Amino acid sequence: MKFWDPRIEEMPKEDLQRMQYKLLKSLVYRLYSFSPFYHDRMKEQKVHPDDIGKLSDVHKLPFMFKRDLRDNYPDKIFTATKDDLVRYHVSSGTTGKPTVVGYTQNDLNNWSTSLARGLTSIGLGRGDVIQVSYGYGLFTGGLGMHYGAERIGATVLPTSVGNTERQIELMQDLGATAIACTPSYLLHIGEVAEKMGVNIKKDTQLRTGILGAEPWTEGMRNRIQEWLGINAYDIYGTSELSGPMFTECAEQKGFHIWSDIALTEIIDPKTGESLEAGEKGELTITILQKEALPMIRYRIGDITTMEEDICACGRTHPRIQRIQGRVDDMLIIRGINVFPSQVEYALMAIPEVGEHFQIVVTRKGALDDMLVRVELNKESFSDKINDIMKIRQKVEHRLRNSLNVNADVELVEPGSLPRFEGKSKKVIDKRSM
Amino acid sequence: MDTKKYVIRQISIFSENRPGRLAAIAHALGEEKINILAFSIAEANGFGVVRALVDHPEKAHDKLLSLGFNIAFTDVIAVHMKDQPGGLYEVAKILGDAGINIEYSYAYSGKEGAVLILRVDLVEDAIKKIKNSGATLLERSVFH
Ligand SMILES: [Zn+2]
Repeated sequence: MKFWDPRIEEMPKEDLQRMQYKLLKSLVYRLYSFSPFYHDRMKEQKVHPDDIGKLSDVHKLPFMFKRDLRDNYPDKIFTATKDDLVRYHVSSGTTGKPTVVGYTQNDLNNWSTSLARGLTSIGLGRGDVIQVSYGYGLFTGGLGMHYGAERIGATVLPTSVGNTERQIELMQDLGATAIACTPSYLLHIGEVAEKMGVNIKKDTQLRTGILGAEPWTEGMRNRIQEWLGINAYDIYGTSELSGPMFTECAEQKGFHIWSDIALTEIIDPKTGESLEAGEKGELTITILQKEALPMIRYRIGDITTMEEDICACGRTHPRIQRIQGRVDDMLIIRGINVFPSQVEYALMAIPEVGEHFQIVVTRKGALDDMLVRVELNKESFSDKINDIMKIRQKVEHRLRNSLNVNADVELVEPGSLPRFEGKSKKVIDKRSM
Repeated sequence: MDTKKYVIRQISIFSENRPGRLAAIAHALGEEKINILAFSIAEANGFGVVRALVDHPEKAHDKLLSLGFNIAFTDVIAVHMKDQPGGLYEVAKILGDAGINIEYSYAYSGKEGAVLILRVDLVEDAIKKIKNSGATLLERSVFH
């Protein structure tokens, strides 16, 4: 198996941790001395850089939240001046102000390096044509993947999002071997290709998908791999961490977070306490090498688990499992936590219905009502009402089993639910309207 | 016995219970100059199934499919009903005695008089039993 940087990627864990400690220590000193924001935060928390005497002392440091970025809009907590900044990215705020992330040249280099390791680990390199169908622009997906792909010497096909038929033509004509996009956009591409009479499996050279920027499931991976004849890999990152930054390796068992770049913790979102390896909680990351906008114990809001054992691929860096939901996407239905990804996972296992869905939450009196709208597949349609009722009951039953809460199911006509060419918005919560 | 000539192709369409779906179907068929000869809607909570006999089932199928409808062909049979009480009972009894299930049925009256459309689980057996009982089955050519 090929490595981009075997010395780092296979470095023994103790050495990695020693490296992390050194980087953390100097980061904390630097921020305490030069960043008013971090200085005040650490004072509030009554912690001084001298209190950080070992790696696990990271727990003493204060958390950082998305609201800290919003409150300090646009660049109040940047620790680099305009002379050193080489790029901005801006993430659109669905609530309130957007957040701005700045990058120095070193920040961009680290970002590309991180991706270069990941892309190499899934077998990509020179000779590959990587179609980047993430949006280019303020969103980090397009440009981030673009530079990562160039770094490994692959040829970039920067199609961005949209004009799907043209994307499929170019994929064929230029022999794209890999595509980077959201899983829902790849499904859309697959559907459009079928309508055009293009069989992705047979008529293109596509064999790798690098999919992320929205939650997806193992079931969706299986379906994509089988349907399109590709290997689909999860990629992870948020603009606050730079952008899409960490990918799975060929093992497809979660994405490697490079320890020399980031220190990863999984914490209990309610208490803020650190959890053990394998326990489900909120991903919290300290970026150890970032100049323009450092992040210490940044609470990303994604729910996942972390594995610390050495990966079968030989890499010693921890793996984060597929994101299972968002702390803020979490719906509370009759007191029970429900993640849209759980609904998706349950639906994937039912061949009679499609993969697109919509959750509508309403309140009747004091009770929450959850309705899941899902498309009845063409092959499963019967002229007998009873057969369709049975399918609906099956879906309701499966949802109840996996969510531990009752959901009504509405079967709708195929193709009638909205498809999204970007981040999916699958929940309509009418309780707050 | 040639049972095939009594097998009629019904089109069955899945429809959400929302306004305009039925009109959309009727409009699409009208556009293609397809005549609807018999028609029923079975409704459940949240969805319905539209069942129709038309003069050009293939054309209707392709048109509705191209509009994104979930549509299937279903084999049904059409029994001419005697205009006297108990006609329905007789047919049901013949089939019941033979162990043939009626999934659903609907009636319409055309120029042939009252006609009962039957969806059964064993189409060939049902045709034979009904023929043997002396009741009249309408041939497919009456419809399409
Ligand atoms: Zn690995």
